[in-house]
Amino acid sequence: MEDVLRVLGKLDWSPLLISLKTGLVATFISFFLGIFAARKVVKASNRVKAIADGLLTLPMVLPPTVAGFFLLLLFSRRRPLGILLYEQFSIKVVQSWLGCIVAATVIAFPLMYRNARAAFEQIDPNLVYAGRTLGMSEIRIFWTVVIPTAGPGIASGTILTFARALGEFGATSMLAGNIPGKTATVSQRIAMVIQDGDYLTAGVWTVIVILIAFVFIFLMNLISGKAMKSVKRW
Amino acid sequence: MYLGLDFEKKLDGFHLCVRYEGEARRIGILGASGCGKSMTLRSIAGIERPDSGSIRLGERILFDSGKKIDMRPQERRVGYLFQNYALFPSMTVEQNIMAGLKGPKADKLRRAREMMRAFQIEGLGKRRPDELSGGQQQRVALARIMAYRPEAVLLDEPFSAMDYFLKERLRLEMIQVLREYEGLSILVTHDRDEAYQLCDYLLLMHEGQIIAEGPVKEVFAKPRTVEAARLTGCKNISRIRPLGPHLVCAEDWGNLQLTVAEEVSPEITHIGIRAHDFFPASAERSPTGELSSFGTFPSSNKPVNLIPVEEPALTELPFEWYVVLRNGLWWKIPKDIHSHDFQGGIPPSLSVDPSAIMLLQSDPERLD
Repeated sequence: MEDVLRVLGKLDWSPLLISLKTGLVATFISFFLGIFAARKVVKASNRVKAIADGLLTLPMVLPPTVAGFFLLLLFSRRRPLGILLYEQFSIKVVQSWLGCIVAATVIAFPLMYRNARAAFEQIDPNLVYAGRTLGMSEIRIFWTVVIPTAGPGIASGTILTFARALGEFGATSMLAGNIPGKTATVSQRIAMVIQDGDYLTAGVWTVIVILIAFVFIFLMNLISGKAMKSVKRW
Repeated sequence: MYLGLDFEKKLDGFHLCVRYEGEARRIGILGASGCGKSMTLRSIAGIERPDSGSIRLGERILFDSGKKIDMRPQERRVGYLFQNYALFPSMTVEQNIMAGLKGPKADKLRRAREMMRAFQIEGLGKRRPDELSGGQQQRVALARIMAYRPEAVLLDEPFSAMDYFLKERLRLEMIQVLREYEGLSILVTHDRDEAYQLCDYLLLMHEGQIIAEGPVKEVFAKPRTVEAARLTGCKNISRIRPLGPHLVCAEDWGNLQLTVAEEVSPEITHIGIRAHDFFPASAERSPTGELSSFGTFPSSNKPVNLIPVEEPALTELPFEWYVVLRNGLWWKIPKDIHSHDFQGGIPPSLSVDPSAIMLLQSDPERLD
């Protein structure tokens, strides 16, 4: 016990802050991008749907290191896009916090997209048609009818996206690296201290991560509780 | 209000081809399930797009493939009552009714309250659709449509998901609603009672084609074609061989010979007899020695159209007997609810008035 307190006392909290910030920003981006993509795909023709769905789901199926490798190729400062971003806008993705966000977003995005899409496909199309015949604009139908009706699916998609973004390791370590105080996330810190044989610190971090995960899932369920009220218990 | 339909759409298994033009106010489309009647309604509302043709409502062109006009459903001002009502589950009754309204919030609320009063759903304003009964849901859906004053309302099998008791009550309410509504209404149904009660002009639809149309009562009285007779509920239909200007042989009923009132023209291929048009033919003589009027042709005293009743199959319903003769003819006879014996015993034969026999043509070949 004393050991735990000693570890806690001199713990460097920066990885927690970096992970939380990364998770929140990645979830925020994935939320809107995922819903946007899901809406487009649901409306698309079958052929477009098959291709788009494959591409959008790919990052989830690929090993994160492979996704990280692709991202590295794309954003490397020796490659066209990386050069353009750095020289024109002084934006540096590799070995930076932005890299953490890009990696986490790319890996977590498919969860948001797939959950939103499944939720949209569950919606009775007559609801959309009814909105149209009542003279409601497409945007209004989407935000006042489709999104609230798809609420539970979207909420669970958001939780999963956040969880995935918070714990991202493979792609992040390749793209953003493990720079203490800058890009070192909790997952990377745990991996590092285990390599050093410091199991106690790894354990302390693990408990912290579990607690945070519970708090967030509890919060999300509370928010979506209103929408879930209509769902019957089994 | 003028309605002009002239469009085609290729569907799985058949070709939808709808032609109608007229000014009827309450139109009914009667057809079996899957005949294309809902697709017709959806095309008018703009939910589905026909392959070609045109749809006009009043002065407006809603769709015209030649002129490249395809008005968005939002602009058509056509209300659609869905089979499952399609109430927005996340909104309250009040919000549902206001969903289609434009303008300041106070005006929308006033209109919604007005509609809730008219449809007797006051007090339900804050409830959500899943807290309402089926009948209440239908009223909310109607209130939501009527609130934004559409030029036409389309009713897609509005009573099909209801139990019998509720159905009968809501139909009466719907008659009232449609009577007070100044616009055009089109009801799609497979239930002939519904069509008869709620419409004054009827289109009969079969495999994507309109096979008969006219004022409701006329269509029921004189269906003219085999499929029209079947759709208006004629149980007995047989192919015939003409034997004379007023005499036919019904081939599907054991070559029964029947006298008909109308002259049999060459196009007539079938006859139809409604199941309640038979009556027992008692060959008894009245006290005056005359044959009873039952089973006699009005112009003579000779009994005509006698149909022997052999080995009948009886089915008892609360208010009716179904009698199926050996040759396949159906006879329906009203009964006294208290008596479970066939009143007066099974008659030895049945008769049918020659004027009750409908002369029918085959349906025209489908245009594909």
